[in-house]
Amino acid sequence: MGMTMTQKILAKHAGLNEVHAGQLIQANLDLVLANDITAPVSINEFEAAGFDKVFDTDKIVFVMDHFVPNKDVKSATQCKQCREFAKKHNFKHFFDVGSMGIEHALLPEKGYIAPGEAIIGADSHTCTYGALNAFSTGVGSTDLGGAMAVGYTWFKVPSALKINVTGTKKKFVSGKDLILFLIGKIGVDGALYKSLEFSGEGLKQLTIADRLTISNMAIEAGAKNGIFPVDEITKEFLNGRVTRKWEAVYPDDDAEYDEVVELNLDEIDCTVSWPHLPENAKPAREGHDIKIDQIVIGSCTNGKIEDLKAAAEIFKGKHLAEGVRGIIIPATPFIYREAMRLGLFDIFLDAGCVISTPTCGPCLGGYMGVLAEGERCVSTTNRNFVGRMGHIKSEVYLASPAVAAASGIAGHIAHPEEVL
Amino acid sequence: MFAHKYGDHVDTDVIIPARYLASQDKNELASHCMEDIDKDFHKKVKNGDIIVAGLNFGCGSSREHAPVAIKASGISCVIAKSFARIFYRNAINIGLAILECPEAAEDIDDNDEVEINFDTGIIKNLTKHKEYKSEPFPEFIKKMIDKGGLMASLKKE
Repeated sequence: MGMTMTQKILAKHAGLNEVHAGQLIQANLDLVLANDITAPVSINEFEAAGFDKVFDTDKIVFVMDHFVPNKDVKSATQCKQCREFAKKHNFKHFFDVGSMGIEHALLPEKGYIAPGEAIIGADSHTCTYGALNAFSTGVGSTDLGGAMAVGYTWFKVPSALKINVTGTKKKFVSGKDLILFLIGKIGVDGALYKSLEFSGEGLKQLTIADRLTISNMAIEAGAKNGIFPVDEITKEFLNGRVTRKWEAVYPDDDAEYDEVVELNLDEIDCTVSWPHLPENAKPAREGHDIKIDQIVIGSCTNGKIEDLKAAAEIFKGKHLAEGVRGIIIPATPFIYREAMRLGLFDIFLDAGCVISTPTCGPCLGGYMGVLAEGERCVSTTNRNFVGRMGHIKSEVYLASPAVAAASGIAGHIAHPEEVL
Repeated sequence: MFAHKYGDHVDTDVIIPARYLASQDKNELASHCMEDIDKDFHKKVKNGDIIVAGLNFGCGSSREHAPVAIKASGISCVIAKSFARIFYRNAINIGLAILECPEAAEDIDDNDEVEINFDTGIIKNLTKHKEYKSEPFPEFIKKMIDKGGLMASLKKE
């Protein structure tokens, strides 16, 4: 019986010729990742169990990204604990203020991810790396503490939904619109415990930035991972970035899928997810009556240079509506410098926006843009749960960078065409 | 033990809001558990009580603080129609009992008195005089729990 891309990667890392959905396996890991929120709990577990050595100092990455530069004494204490642990164990990959970026933007950018690899991270959006044909998924801190010690973990082999992408992408439509539309179609538990496996002619129109955004939000459909095959676009991105040997993984022709979901790009326009679930997806054109107080452009979902370019294209020569606050967060130091070099900072500043250092901050209501009671934000982040960005009576509307920028200019949810 | 009932898609942001994530103190986490959907939860929950919920319980973030906060509140088991996968792993790894049982999750009401046998997977509703059957844990998870959780099971190898 044939295997999906995910099943092939898991089989190889478990040392098996074949695996099937539902099977419990133990798989070796190529990389394990944690951040300043989740690593401290992992460290405590690791030390409480009496381990004194990590499995490989070259295969563990700690990224301080959620609450840095530290927002309070407690978050500073957590970073200090991570820093000291990384030093004690001679970590080769520790990203602190100055070198840090938002983890899921940073790792692909720096060549840490290659096709066919298996990665876990103590962060639910670790599924981002499926864009580069890797198997990657989020786990908890105890899982990660164990993986730091032994370099393997257990998985239940997932079944899959095949997402067949066809048609032609409309102007202003991005990976974000696709994934919000898809989650709207299948629901926030539409892929629970499963893989999303992308295929089809339409993939040629999706940049790596689009694919990273799509895989990033696989978890918002309940999926274990969301994975793309390798094509010329993937190879171009990896060229010069990843120097170690890698092998592309394709699905078998007779791979089994629970269902094939058709995603026709002709039918997808700019999409916004209304509070309080990512599945509440509607066309941006229906948001005319939703007045807003803030926009946020950034996060592991949409803080890449392509995202900032898309926002700047809308903002050029325009200004935020009165009463709307605009927060721009480049995801990594490279993106920050590139945006500055390309003159995007001038466009954002002229539009009345502020530009933050890389941080996850407002996405999870940490700091750097927390909302008050009754406030509304159009955000390029990934979750719009109750209280996610602040007060439990605040609202988050999920959108692409172009829609967030257009909404900031209009003062209400808007399609980019409405402000150009 | 008595039931505290919630709906579908109870997410980790309401189980323990991110504004409390700079703490690892179990009691502090417990004191904010569920507060964004049930402000008085920490006052009314009694040791041994259970949470009953709908589909996709624990969706969202990978924060282990969520099952930790629930366990530290005194909750002995969560029964749901289904669980989000990371929450499922985390709960097992830290030793919070969870059972997938759509029938029980549908039928048990707030404040019903419930009794659970983890070896057989049988859930008894003493208030309604009914019984529901859930799938007991697979063998490898039972072993892990018997050894005292994931870390203890790895250490002995």
